[in-house]
Amino acid sequence: MSNQQKHWEKTRGLLFITLAIWFVFSIGIFLFGAEMNEVTGPFGYPWTYWFTCQGSLGAFVILIFWFANRQEKIDEEFGFSEREDE
Amino acid sequence: MKGNFIDNLPKVYGIYTGGFIGFIIIMAIAEQMGMTAKAIGIAFVAFTVFIYALIGWLSRTAQADAYYVAGRQVPTVFNGMATAADWMSGASFVAMAGGIYFKGYGYMALLVGWTGGYVLVASLLAPYLRKFGCYTVPDFIGTRYGGNLARFSAVVVLTVASFTYVTAQINATGTIASVALDIPFQYAVYVGLISILLCSMLGGMRGVTWTQVAQYIVLIIAYLLPVFWISNKMGAGFFPHFMLADEVARIGELEQQFGFVKNAAADLKSVPKGLAGITKAHSAVNATPWAFISLALAMMMGTASLPHVMMRYFTTPSVKAARKSVGWSLFFIFLLYSSAPMLATLSKLSLIDPNLPTGIIGKTFAEVEAIDWYQNWNQANLMFISDFNGNGTLELNEFFMGGKAVVLATPEIAGLPYVISGLVAAGGMAAAMSTADGLILAIANAISHDVYYKIIDPKAETAKRLLVARVLLVIIGFAGATIAAMEIQGILGSVIWAFDFAMSGLFFPLVLGVWWKRANRQGAIAGMLGGLIAGAWYLVWVRTGGSGFLGITQLTFGIFGSAVSLVLMVVVSLMTAEPDKATQKMVDDVRVPSGKSILGKSH
Repeated sequence: MSNQQKHWEKTRGLLFITLAIWFVFSIGIFLFGAEMNEVTGPFGYPWTYWFTCQGSLGAFVILIFWFANRQEKIDEEFGFSEREDE
Repeated sequence: MKGNFIDNLPKVYGIYTGGFIGFIIIMAIAEQMGMTAKAIGIAFVAFTVFIYALIGWLSRTAQADAYYVAGRQVPTVFNGMATAADWMSGASFVAMAGGIYFKGYGYMALLVGWTGGYVLVASLLAPYLRKFGCYTVPDFIGTRYGGNLARFSAVVVLTVASFTYVTAQINATGTIASVALDIPFQYAVYVGLISILLCSMLGGMRGVTWTQVAQYIVLIIAYLLPVFWISNKMGAGFFPHFMLADEVARIGELEQQFGFVKNAAADLKSVPKGLAGITKAHSAVNATPWAFISLALAMMMGTASLPHVMMRYFTTPSVKAARKSVGWSLFFIFLLYSSAPMLATLSKLSLIDPNLPTGIIGKTFAEVEAIDWYQNWNQANLMFISDFNGNGTLELNEFFMGGKAVVLATPEIAGLPYVISGLVAAGGMAAAMSTADGLILAIANAISHDVYYKIIDPKAETAKRLLVARVLLVIIGFAGATIAAMEIQGILGSVIWAFDFAMSGLFFPLVLGVWWKRANRQGAIAGMLGGLIAGAWYLVWVRTGGSGFLGITQLTFGIFGSAVSLVLMVVVSLMTAEPDKATQKMVDDVRVPSGKSILGKSH
């Protein structure tokens, strides 16, 4: 397998992990919205309510930065990262 | 000089922010000295619009890559701010807290949808489209799939989606300008339009970028300052986001105590159009999982298909910067979106809690009608009370409010000085203008670059291309304003439709263009046109009394449209020949960040 294929394989792997985490916070939680809202969550808000207001939103922000860093590492590993002056 | 400007950005916008805060303080002092509310409103809107126009003029350019992609040198954090302003429209600013106030959980699917979509943007599309080096979204489609028909189909989808969206934004600018400047809506729409064109006409994407950063700073201050101030004033908490659990619980208690009394249809007839009462629990889960998830999903996929957002990531210096920039965009959006439910909570509690001095439920009608702010907002057609049961005291089901009032009136209800209301008007104007600018530019650029330059006259010189682009900008702006002046659709409805149109026609052709090498021209054309037609058909069908299926409503018709698009694209691609070697090589090149972009620097 060529360098480029390996790079793409890893990139695709990272995509699936990212989408899996995205799925949990955007869809997974709300499948059980009614049940989870009975429980008191962070800062004393009901769980589901908190996720729709802040939790999921914040998770997405962190997820994107995490993804960007991981992808940069993958690019560097295979020598595909951009030079600074480009 | 240009490099200098980029290096000095933090300083330039630091001074700008300081200056704006100084302006707020001067207005506050002027208010104490007797400046009228109307004069303050005019000063806020006029001052901020003047600054944007000045930035627009300073950013004028005669170069194609500055006009189309701001010279590809916008630093990540600033591009994040610009995208956030581009993204957060009049609907986010003025209508969102109101929607949460009235509909609670079911509505908050929009919060999740309008943020979660950025994960898709970052992981599936933005870095690859940046590597491609295109000027517009149809530029990518046209080059990846080849052929004028594919390019043109993308322009069609882009225009349908963005135009639906832009009329809503011009409508919002008009609404705010008409309130703040006290002129009729029909004229205010054109005042709004001229302000919008001042930002974008001379400098194209470069002008829009630097005005959007300035607009973001205004809109975020205008949104957060009242939320924090009200929360502190009510004693609800120093940092509302972490401290309103008691208030949320208290609203639940009051809802129990008052109950949700259903009004008779005959009684509701007397309520002015557009106003609503509180009929749903504030923090309870009041929608089925599918209703919530389908709306969130439609908004997420729509986010990843809307060209005015995608093209912001064409302006970053590198692929790496494009990825990071998506993160910053969402961070800046998060600041406002996570505050909207807090504002809704504070607004609702201050109105309905009889223990608070501002609470009106349980008071007599004579008492409520004597309150200054009630009179003002009743006159503005945003508040209404009516004694349905004839007992003389105001009940929860007898109080009606417009969605916009949550943002526009809460500062006044909580007893904040008028300077805050002026600030909020400036913020709403900034939010609507910045989005309208991005959208008009997206449409005009697609038509001037993809239709005029790439299809009609590929030999056109830069000066002529940019002239065409500017003329189109004005024409599209006026067309949008004319339709907005007719007031066909509410702001929020058209915004949601725009997402559905975009995802119906563009989501899969864009994503598969990068992630599926086998996708070919025939498949993409079938996917774009088939998806758009299917989505539009479903919308018309449901609007004309069709029953719909699978719980897909007129707000989520994009789910149907994009499913049709995916099936058509895969089936047609597999039935026709695979893309040629050159195209496959192009896809391979797009997938690695290093090396030259696919399209040249100036194309």
